[in-house]
Amino acid sequence: MIKTDIIIIGAGPTGLFAVFEAGLLKLKCHLIDSLPQPGGQCAEIYPKKPIYDIPSRPEILAGDLVDQLMAQIQPFKPGFTLGETAKEINRKRDGSFVVTTDKGTQHQAQVVAIAGGLGTFEPRKPDLANLTIWENKGVDYIIREPEKYRNKNVLIAGGGDSALDWTIVLAELAQSVTLVHRRNQFRGALDSVQKVQALKDQNKIQLITPAEVITLDGGRHLTNLTLKVDGTSVNQAVDYFIPLFGLTPKLGPIANWGLEIEKNAIKVDNSLDYQTNIPGIYAIGDVNIYPGKLKLILCGFHEATLMCQSAFQRIFPKKKNVLKYTTVSGITGFDGSRKEAQKSTIKTIE
Amino acid sequence: MDIKITVIDRSGKVHELEAPTDINMNLMEVCKSYELPVDGTCGGIAMCASCQCYVLSNHPLEKKSPDEEAMLSEAFYVKENSRLGCQIQIDKKLDGLTVELTP
Ligand SMILES: Cc1cc2nc3c(=O)[nH]c(=O)nc-3n(C[C@H](O)[C@H](O)[C@H](O)COP(=O)(O)OP(=O)(O)OC[C@H]3O[C@@H](n4cnc5c(N)ncnc54)[C@H](O)[C@@H]3O)c2cc1C
Ligand code: FES
Repeated sequence: MIKTDIIIIGAGPTGLFAVFEAGLLKLKCHLIDSLPQPGGQCAEIYPKKPIYDIPSRPEILAGDLVDQLMAQIQPFKPGFTLGETAKEINRKRDGSFVVTTDKGTQHQAQVVAIAGGLGTFEPRKPDLANLTIWENKGVDYIIREPEKYRNKNVLIAGGGDSALDWTIVLAELAQSVTLVHRRNQFRGALDSVQKVQALKDQNKIQLITPAEVITLDGGRHLTNLTLKVDGTSVNQAVDYFIPLFGLTPKLGPIANWGLEIEKNAIKVDNSLDYQTNIPGIYAIGDVNIYPGKLKLILCGFHEATLMCQSAFQRIFPKKKNVLKYTTVSGITGFDGSRKEAQKSTIKTIE
Repeated sequence: MDIKITVIDRSGKVHELEAPTDINMNLMEVCKSYELPVDGTCGGIAMCASCQCYVLSNHPLEKKSPDEEAMLSEAFYVKENSRLGCQIQIDKKLDGLTVELTP
């Protein structure tokens, strides 16, 4: 059981900044995110695109914003459970919460802050009859263990970076790799496009365009599929079909926690502290809703700040707390590191 | 000036919308402002296809950008008349435009 002061579900910009504000109050945080990397939408959807409305940053790439947030919270040593989805929240007799992930990891804290954004990112599934019956029997939407495909016949569909990148990786391992796309243009990093071109030229992969998979077939496991290539049907023997069409957010498990949901978001008390209908559970950032809500990063930062003050009162009902300026009080990390303003120099002029 | 746009939602219901031409809106944003079920997850950068629609009227639309072509080549339920709503800028020329949201 991982024990901390605040469990933060979602490691997007809002969840990350909450670690900082909590740290100033000497509260420890642990972040859980289904994605393998922190940064939420900024990291998953648009890391290379600029943002222009972060106060005092005329322009910053979304990926750089995440890196800077990670650097800013570093002194407060947050814990991370990445690549796991928070599935259940249970309340213990002593009032604390236990959050359990899909992989069974358990976390315990007095306060839970849900910073789940638009929800968990799930693979976009192509519209194919019977697709779901082949899931885990030859159809994978996410590659977790490349070794699984060693010496197998794999067919990847898609036209973006992940289709290209996995084609390159699996070309080394698999018996055969076929990349199928509806047209012969790919939207990916130039470097990856060139590598795939080279693999094709060396006959290390098969590239079929314009084509799409139309039916799947097999016994206990997928064995064959049919492609439509330029209007004609072509049968291909495969062990695995991996459609890689990107990820799309769905509210996911958050909807099942007894929280008041409106328009796919969690209702909170914005006049006070962004607490939900369950005392001790807060919702901050894109995941919450209240009159006038704007889904913006700077709003998430503000909400995280107020939430932490309220969480402090909840965890230490008897402790008095006054707002301190970081300029004045500096930052003391949980690792003993210390940052503070330089003292003014006072010298005599004779 | 406002123009009229007809949007048929996924249940077949017809919505008559008034769209302003002077505040730099696109069709995805107009649908969202009327609370129609269009997520616009990527914020309008042609990266999610949640705004995909079939254009049913004969309006002179701008040609698809390479980004829109790329997204449509990876989207589902795509037909000849598929477009991404976020790439359709609201303009006087589009008065009377009729579209249907894709599944
Ligand atoms: C293309 C684009 C451009 C944008 N441009 C701007 C801009 O210019 N300015 C601006 O202010 N905003 C912009 N935004 C919006 C901004 O990115 C969001 O407001 C911001 O990311 C919200 O942060 P968040 O931390 O609240 O949520 P998110 O960034 O959505 O992060 C939420 C995280 O929670 C995780 N999660 C959800 N449920 C669970 C669960 N059950 N278990 C584990 N993890 C879970 C998700 O995996 C995700 O990583 C833009 C968004 C997009 C898509
Ligand atoms: S809003 Fe994402 S593609 Fe149009």
